[in-house]
Amino acid sequence: MTIVKISDDALARAGGADKLAKAFEAKGCEVHRTSSWGMHWLEPMVEIDGKGFGPATLDDVDAILDGSSDKGIGVIEDFAWIASQTRLTFARAGKTRPLSLEDYAANGGWKGLERARSMDGEQVCKEVLDSGLRGRGGAGFPTGIKWETVRKAAGPKKYIVCNADEGDSGTFADRMAMEGDPFQLIEGMAIAGAAVGADQGYIYVRSEYPDAIRKLNAALELCEDKIAPFKCEVRVGAGAYVCGEETSLLNSLEGKRGEVRAKPPLPALEGFMGKPTVVNNVLTLMAVPHILQEGGAADYAAKGIGRSKGTMPIQLAGNIKYGGLYEAPFGLTLGELVNDIGGGTFTGKPVKAVQVGGPLGAYIHPDQFNLAFGYEEFAGEDALIGHAGVTVFDDSADMGEMARFAMEFCAAESCGKCTPCRIGAVRGVEVIDRIRTGGRQRDVLELRPQMHNTTKDKGREAAEEVGLLTDLCETMKFGSLCALGGFTPYPVMSALKHWPQDFFGESEVPAEAAE
Amino acid sequence: MSDKSQRIGEIIAAHAHREGPLLPILHDIQHEFGCVDAETEVLLAKGLNLTRADIHGVVSFYHDYTPEADPRPVVQICRAEACKANGVERLIGAAEAAAGKRVKISTVYCLGLCSAGPAARTGDDLHIRLDEKAITKLIENA
Repeated sequence: MTIVKISDDALARAGGADKLAKAFEAKGCEVHRTSSWGMHWLEPMVEIDGKGFGPATLDDVDAILDGSSDKGIGVIEDFAWIASQTRLTFARAGKTRPLSLEDYAANGGWKGLERARSMDGEQVCKEVLDSGLRGRGGAGFPTGIKWETVRKAAGPKKYIVCNADEGDSGTFADRMAMEGDPFQLIEGMAIAGAAVGADQGYIYVRSEYPDAIRKLNAALELCEDKIAPFKCEVRVGAGAYVCGEETSLLNSLEGKRGEVRAKPPLPALEGFMGKPTVVNNVLTLMAVPHILQEGGAADYAAKGIGRSKGTMPIQLAGNIKYGGLYEAPFGLTLGELVNDIGGGTFTGKPVKAVQVGGPLGAYIHPDQFNLAFGYEEFAGEDALIGHAGVTVFDDSADMGEMARFAMEFCAAESCGKCTPCRIGAVRGVEVIDRIRTGGRQRDVLELRPQMHNTTKDKGREAAEEVGLLTDLCETMKFGSLCALGGFTPYPVMSALKHWPQDFFGESEVPAEAAE
Repeated sequence: MSDKSQRIGEIIAAHAHREGPLLPILHDIQHEFGCVDAETEVLLAKGLNLTRADIHGVVSFYHDYTPEADPRPVVQICRAEACKANGVERLIGAAEAAAGKRVKISTVYCLGLCSAGPAARTGDDLHIRLDEKAITKLIENA
């Protein structure tokens, strides 16, 4: 009987994979619902004997089976987009059934956990430190140091919390990882538990990911015995973007408002319920099982550039021809990612801007495409790699509008705890609106003779408003408690710097804004 | 005891053993009753030995909990950066026209389908690569 592999990833399902699977079953094929290879422009993709066909529709079923389909891409593993990747975190992507313990164990699963449990905690933390693994959620803090801090903290009760509140637009690696290989995440958490002496884990998943929630719950039930004495539970978020910030997430997990906590105390010492807690992103924990395999740490550390070690699952999104998940060692340039691998824009128009790192990431101009993908390399250009989402815009994008949206988003999602973010974001929207409409006139009140501090002769010009916006952004950057308020200035100021004409119109760009 | 307060008591009991049980409880209530209203907040405060202000603070913080039930079907349209890059803003007019007063259109920031936007969600079903025709059809069938 012909075995047909079709992904049951949410994106493939949204593209009609379920109906396609039924159609192949009706033709007498044995359909395996696997994870996704990550080539999203080809989803839903059909795989038979290692060869791929996509994007497949119901009309293609007969042609694929009799070999006459023109949607074939040949052997998937040899297909350049896949063959050029280095997949460690996504090693099983496309190959295994997400909820099959058998597939997981047959493809290298549980080896890291078994080895970690034969070592003592200090050694495990040291291997993670030696691998050079840094937090993949965006901040890039060395994971080994965080684990060691929790390990040394006073017990007995400690927690492992997985941050799966992947709210950044342009990122979907966490979602794919949880849906495609849930056991790997659980294994990573169990290793963290063994390393620091924690026996309880929580996975905080955003409510926008129903498929991931369902699969994680099913996976936890299946592998309960395997990870014992470590226990783990899925918790569902409630639609607050800010809960992706670790202290806000901990509050939410405790059943409180998702307000950011001031640090110190660090969550590593006083986290969930006031106990020492490891809070790691999904991709960080997913990288751990490979690192803990024999020789894994050295292998990981040998990849990448500078202080950015190992591989990064990069997400190519937005207006891009070949979008999807591309895992590679750090060091590729942005131009290679967008133009060579991503194939430029989907619409075929020139690339105008690329936002890296989600809503808080800077807009990068194609002139900076030689920028190498790495934490320090991006920071040097006032940008961040964040969760490695790369969102491409074509020349129809209005960057003034995108800058306004960045402020609007911050205002909508601010937790309200600190003033620069709560009020600054609202003022930011207003200032950008005034810049875009050419400044402001004095209002009725200001023109009253009693208001002797106001100048009566003229309003504020757009150029003066730019000064206000710059000041506001400085205040938000240095005065906010967390990255939401602190990083919102990045997209705003980068848009203003590179595309001033989108704020002022071609003719009247003030000299200081164009610098 | 009314049916509702009894049911809420059962939901509280089902989650009481958890560490930080409030969000799981609120999810169940929102799912079952379509809202977390003022009456429920009082019951929860009593059941969990918290103040009503504590409960209201949490309920009003999160986008997923609503104070009133809305009987209309909901279509969530993603309007975050990646979907904007794929032109979701150009679809909003048609979506609102198709929705009229019958369907509720709500904005969501990211469904994790950023490589194949514009994207939308109805219940637990997801939709990708939407154009004007597809989104109109989606809303009409909601």
